[in-house]
Amino acid sequence: MAFENPQQATAYWRENIALVLKLLAVWFIVSFGCGILFADALNQIPLFGFKLGFWFAQQGSIYVFVVLIFVYSRLMARLDAKYNVHED
Amino acid sequence: MDIQTLTFLIVGASFVLYIGIAIWSRAGSTSDFYVAGGGVHPVANGMATAADWMSAASFISMAGLISFMGYDGAVYLMGWTGGYVLLALCLAPYLRKFGKFTVPDFVGDRYYSQLARTVAVICAIFVCFTYVAGQMRGVGVVFSRFLEVDITTGVVIGMCIVFFYTVLGGMKGITYTQVAQYCVLIFAYLVPAVFISMLMTGNVLPQVGFGSTLTGTETYLLDKLDGLSTELGFAEYTSGTKSTIDVFCITAALMVGTAGLPHVIVRFFTVPKVRDARKSAGWALLFIAILYTTAPAIASFARVNMINTINGEQMQGTEYAQAPDWIKNWERTGLISWQDKNDDGKMFYSGDERNEMQIDRDIMVLANPEIANLPGWVIALVAAGGIAAALSTSAGLLLVISTSVSHDLLKRNLMPDITDKKELFYARLAAGVAIVIAGYFGVNPPGFVAQVVAFAFGLAASSFFPAIIMGIFYKKMNKEGAIAGMLSGITFTAAYIIYFKFINPAANVPANWWFGISPEGIGTLGMLLNFGVALLVNRFTAEVPQDVQEMVESIRFPKGSGAAKAH
Repeated sequence: MAFENPQQATAYWRENIALVLKLLAVWFIVSFGCGILFADALNQIPLFGFKLGFWFAQQGSIYVFVVLIFVYSRLMARLDAKYNVHED
Repeated sequence: MDIQTLTFLIVGASFVLYIGIAIWSRAGSTSDFYVAGGGVHPVANGMATAADWMSAASFISMAGLISFMGYDGAVYLMGWTGGYVLLALCLAPYLRKFGKFTVPDFVGDRYYSQLARTVAVICAIFVCFTYVAGQMRGVGVVFSRFLEVDITTGVVIGMCIVFFYTVLGGMKGITYTQVAQYCVLIFAYLVPAVFISMLMTGNVLPQVGFGSTLTGTETYLLDKLDGLSTELGFAEYTSGTKSTIDVFCITAALMVGTAGLPHVIVRFFTVPKVRDARKSAGWALLFIAILYTTAPAIASFARVNMINTINGEQMQGTEYAQAPDWIKNWERTGLISWQDKNDDGKMFYSGDERNEMQIDRDIMVLANPEIANLPGWVIALVAAGGIAAALSTSAGLLLVISTSVSHDLLKRNLMPDITDKKELFYARLAAGVAIVIAGYFGVNPPGFVAQVVAFAFGLAASSFFPAIIMGIFYKKMNKEGAIAGMLSGITFTAAYIIYFKFINPAANVPANWWFGISPEGIGTLGMLLNFGVALLVNRFTAEVPQDVQEMVESIRFPKGSGAAKAH
């Protein structure tokens, strides 16, 4: 057992899940939300030459995806260190 | 120098580079062969994953598809990138900690069952074969247009090259070759895009350019395109024609399918640490995003350019006698054709009865530099890029096939006492046989390669993804539940696709689809069905053994991960 006690293991896993769910919520909102479900409404708003819904569907969501993974990687490294389960 | 000679030179130089790398990084052990000894830097691994992922379809076909689909093209853009978020957050770090070679390894061990392993092996082999057949075809098409050899010769040349470095180098050779291939393909993709963006909008970045005004006017490019589309009887470019639920389901099926594809997942076994697996997914997506955010820009530039060239600035059509060279060049391949319906000697392109042009959407990327009158070396570069994309993906897929056969099927099922050396021999033999079969399909393509790709994603989404997710996040899921879930998900998805694509294609219209979901998007329902059946069956069957539950506990945190090992 790498954790000091089972409570630590549960707490670590709970924090991990909470983080993943938060990031997945962002993932869902930018792609399925802004890019698909609300695209028509957002298309009323111009962003330079783009309609906003169209921009999210073909550009914006992809940029957010990339950022999400790096944020996850950074925050998880911090979480691993907090519970002392990181790799050496 | 003419384009032909330039193409020979540039493509030839790239081949020398790939083969050189293969010789330099030969595989010595099964671990080198399967997972590159687990010692690849995350950035290099990210590039290799990107090259592995971006196939001939991404490079050659995607921008063309978007160009013809407008907004609806977003299903590919979001679907084939969003899956990496799922992969990075929900799969990659845990599978890396698990530390075996293959996806069937995980399914077999986690669900303590040979049957589960065998189901997974069969799915993996099927998914990879459907993919690789399309890749070899892509190589053939590029060779036949730019080197002017026939398709068969083109495919055979491609087979020899892939055979050489897959069989010799294994994963280690492939990984470093793919890094080189990524550089070639991304350079080849960006150069024409930047050129065209500067010509049309004065912006260096295509991603910004396609939201800007056209040079010398106050009109935004996309507004112009919307106007042209409506005028010519197409749907508005920024709105599309698919229903919202269908766009939603196709995007979801492609995302989940991406996260469930064995040749993508196996990439995350090749990095040294769990931490690297997380980071590596980010790098992979970054490198992929460079191409995927450029593609919609190319799509809209190409659309405007094409309409203007064919219909003329006044939208009255242009004389066929004065047609630019690219139209005549591609007419020879049969991918463009003109039929003078109103006998005025002029070409006209539209979405209604005035239309006189048949244009294959696959040619857009390859023809784009010619349409925009770019120099010959750019055209040669695009050919080299297309070939790099097709070769890198085929090599990755062949490796998964050979691993599935030698490791999952022979070592874990039929011949457990086999030595490391023997196993390596069988892996190479399997790769060789797989290349020959793939080459056969490249020369004699089944008429339905495009449909089969949808099939591969649907199957991956409805089988692997739920099984792996539950394997990690729900430690009480037992083998009965997982197997029942995989089988019902796959059967449902396959039946729906086979019915609409092969048995009764005439019925393949929105009115007949369940909930308005097309066969491309049905994997999403199949996935939900898989989860549902698995949870239900799990309630009524035996509890998971204690040691398996402990194993699940142990993959949930990074500490103590070793290099990927046999057993």
